Amino acid sequence: MSRGAIIQRIDAEQLRSDIPDFRPGDTVRVHAKVVEGDKERIQTFEGAVLRRQNGGIRETFTVRKISYGVGVERTFPLHSPRVDKIEVLTRGRVRRAKLYYLRGLSGRAARIREVGQTR
Amino acid sequence: MSSVEANKSMVAVPARKRMGLMGRKLGMTQLLLATGQRVAVTVIQAGPGVVVQRKTAERDGYAAVQLGFEPGKPSRFNKPELGHVARAGGTPFRQLREFQGGGDLEVGATIGVSDLFRAGALVNITGTSKGRGFAGVMKRHGFKGFSASHGTHEFFRHGGSIGNRSYPGRVFKGKRMPGHFGNERITTRNLKIAQVRAEDNVLLVLGAVAGATGGWVEVRPAAGGLT
Repeated sequence: MSRGAIIQRIDAEQLRSDIPDFRPGDTVRVHAKVVEGDKERIQTFEGAVLRRQNGGIRETFTVRKISYGVGVERTFPLHSPRVDKIEVLTRGRVRRAKLYYLRGLSGRAARIREVGQTR
Repeated sequence: MSSVEANKSMVAVPARKRMGLMGRKLGMTQLLLATGQRVAVTVIQAGPGVVVQRKTAERDGYAAVQLGFEPGKPSRFNKPELGHVARAGGTPFRQLREFQGGGDLEVGATIGVSDLFRAGALVNITGTSKGRGFAGVMKRHGFKGFSASHGTHEFFRHGGSIGNRSYPGRVFKGKRMPGHFGNERITTRNLKIAQVRAEDNVLLVLGAVAGATGGWVEVRPAAGGLT
């Protein structure tokens, strides 16, 4: 077995197959496992996908939401076992791969058009 | 599991405690732990090694075994080299290395990662660091260099003064200066084994190991590293 193939296989074993297809601009609800004291529970984080970065086992995605008037961004490793489930709520129509421009917008201007929706 | 077998053989034969293996650094990747942490691991393909020669206290003054790694093409070796491996099966090896311990092993015996290592144990790994040629003080010793502005002229990456004037009238020995950097033997101690993958003879250790991808490394148990 070639040298690179061994590393590829180590990575492939850790990749998750239950990740839905989603892209920047989509609205998702991420069910993340959190440990509080000695109890583990599931916390949801819902917002727009700002970006997906890197590839393979290193892939991460960032979700942005407005919480009590404050913008909050959370980055999750896509294949992390701490991510219980990702639900795709809406598909957004965007023309960028990285939606950093959303950080400077608020309210109505920060809305993302849905796929198939006309202006 | 193979690691359990390795444990048993280690209890039965404590002489193997000091034995190690030569291997190749395959590169690095990361493991995603159930706790959510991502940890960097170095992937090392070690062995299997074949015992080519036994050194005994009576004949050689010390006990050790010489292991051969990576069988090579016989046409690429000369007659003395082929004669040396004749009793171990006749296959020449691209790498020969002696290890202390392992006195119970017969010539021709094969030893792999699962015979010596298991997850959780600590190892020392020796590699040859990447050669950087003649390097300046910033790369070689981590000097800060000089400001890019404030009138600095042709002095950005220099090391500054190397001493005083007529007292002491010389540069002290060991003064860090530019010179050859890298391509030296570096041992990283107490690296924890994250996984032993016996099917590929592969070890995953936490952290970085000196040397380029594809380079030879020597893996030995750390002192007191058997947990």
